[in-house]
Amino acid sequence: MLEATDLRVEFPGRGGRRARAVDGVNLSVGAGEIVALVGESGCGKTTLARTLLGLERPTSGRIAYDGTPLSYSGRALRAFRRQVQLVLQDPMGSLNPRHTVYEAVAEGPRIHGLPDEETVVSSALARAGLRPPERFFQRFPHELSGGQRQRVVIAGALALDPKVLIADEPVASLDASVRGEILSLLLRLRDDLGLSALVVTHDLGLAWNIADRVAVMYLGRIVESGPTEEVLKNPQHPYTQALLSVLPESPERIVLTGEPPDPTRIPAGCRFHPRCQLVAAGNGKPECSTQPLQILPAGTDSQVACYLATT
Amino acid sequence: MLELDELSVTYRLDSADVPAVRGVSLELAAGEALGLAGESGSGKSSVALALLRLLPRSAVVGGRVMLDGEDVLAMKWGRLRAVRWSSASIVFQGAQHGLNPVQRIGDQIAEPLLVHRQASGTDAAARVRELLAQVGLPAWRARSYPHELSGGQRQRVMIAMALACGPQLIIADEPTTALDLMVQAQVLTLIRQLIADHGISLLMISHDLSVLADVCDRLAVMYAGRLVEVGPSSEEFRHPYSQALAAAFPTVGDPASRLAPRGLAGDPPDPQQLPGGCAFHPRCPVALDSCATSDVQLRASGTDRTAACVLVGE
Repeated sequence: MLEATDLRVEFPGRGGRRARAVDGVNLSVGAGEIVALVGESGCGKTTLARTLLGLERPTSGRIAYDGTPLSYSGRALRAFRRQVQLVLQDPMGSLNPRHTVYEAVAEGPRIHGLPDEETVVSSALARAGLRPPERFFQRFPHELSGGQRQRVVIAGALALDPKVLIADEPVASLDASVRGEILSLLLRLRDDLGLSALVVTHDLGLAWNIADRVAVMYLGRIVESGPTEEVLKNPQHPYTQALLSVLPESPERIVLTGEPPDPTRIPAGCRFHPRCQLVAAGNGKPECSTQPLQILPAGTDSQVACYLATT
Repeated sequence: MLELDELSVTYRLDSADVPAVRGVSLELAAGEALGLAGESGSGKSSVALALLRLLPRSAVVGGRVMLDGEDVLAMKWGRLRAVRWSSASIVFQGAQHGLNPVQRIGDQIAEPLLVHRQASGTDAAARVRELLAQVGLPAWRARSYPHELSGGQRQRVMIAMALACGPQLIIADEPTTALDLMVQAQVLTLIRQLIADHGISLLMISHDLSVLADVCDRLAVMYAGRLVEVGPSSEEFRHPYSQALAAAFPTVGDPASRLAPRGLAGDPPDPQQLPGGCAFHPRCPVALDSCATSDVQLRASGTDRTAACVLVGE
């Protein structure tokens, strides 16, 4: 459906250094598939999502939708965005406080000149679980609860009848009891409409709740990916193992020291080696700090970028 | 150590009175870590602020807050100033805004020491180094400005400030909320270690039950301004709201939550329009007809546990 091949995105950084936010990524989202892109802040997951949406132009590599490479002309982007829609986090910040729910949802259909606007808006609201939709038309964001606002944002994305949703932390700003309902909605949209989704998150519980496949990102690269059950129950990469080990239910913790490093200074060899608990324990190999790793292909099977992983 | 007796907080707004906290009674023993959980609007942060009388003027506080046998709500200003920082201190969420952006870290940590005349000049500098070491930051960081630190490091600075005057109680309001998973784990490890080393009591407030269960001996759950359940963190919850809140954060690897996110229908209630009867009944999956009319107070529900639900008996 949506595919990134050997994608790199660089930004000018401080002191003339280039920040390699996305540093060689292959990733695909299949039809009707929910993929969770997991990582800490600064790992490049949001830049990768923005590039997949055509909001950021890659430095090299390419994005393809349905096998057709994305071109960056205005017309091509417009057509692309009818198929691939963004769901933002923090609905309070992403909804215009002075627009009614109707206007917020109608914006996309108007830009794309869709006929029969009211039917489109009303069906999008209904699919996002705001029923009966007419009751919400004239409401303003401040009159809605957090969960309802997030549903309006999702309705705005659904109004164009897209095939793929890209959701950046869709429940991070919601109350705990409301979060389950929004995640159920994403699952239902997949089951009923066959929507694909890429969910960008730092929340492994969310991935366990809704994702078919998980890709773990560290410092601009995907270091491990595969079916959710395999990656989260039997992680192979030391970074994934550490992330899972700090969850409250985990019996033994591997608390990595330091913070995610700087994308302007990506370490040589395996980019994780300076924080790797296996290397720190003296179990590293010489190539960990010298030989760059291969970029993982975009397959759906389990794969891991690590010299020390056994499989 | 700390005892709340029928604590209530009502915000007087132009249009109406908003009851944010409606009678909360809790005890915290010396050296104990208690977690207070709840969603936005549950009143948990109002409880935290009421403990040290940090609420705005529009808030009317009722009941009693006994800190080491003294009623905080009845203290004169001078006494209250002495109690803040030196007996009890607060670590706020969002370390972004808790620090002065144009003052060096070291000076900010030293400020409570100097104000409370616990140290002067060079002593203060030595104490700052000691505090930075306790929270795992190198001494040279004293000369840094907040923007030069990461989120996790800023939260460590906030914790160092809270420790500065050697308090017996630390109130931590969402101390790890904006932090990454790994950094959150680092900060939680630090908090756990500090309270164990210094025998400090901790009241930790969060919307995330799993974070609280990780650090605290006992957990209290708030809904619509009241406690609905208090019990040991090692046991399962019994109140349907606490159970739903716990289920909202799934255990990775648990087949029951795989492709089955769980939550509650509806939204947390508006404190200005609380439902009658049990405030939770409109969202409760197991509510009886009587729940719409009769309210249940906290009552004994097993060993060391109290819950406010007709369906949860001894």
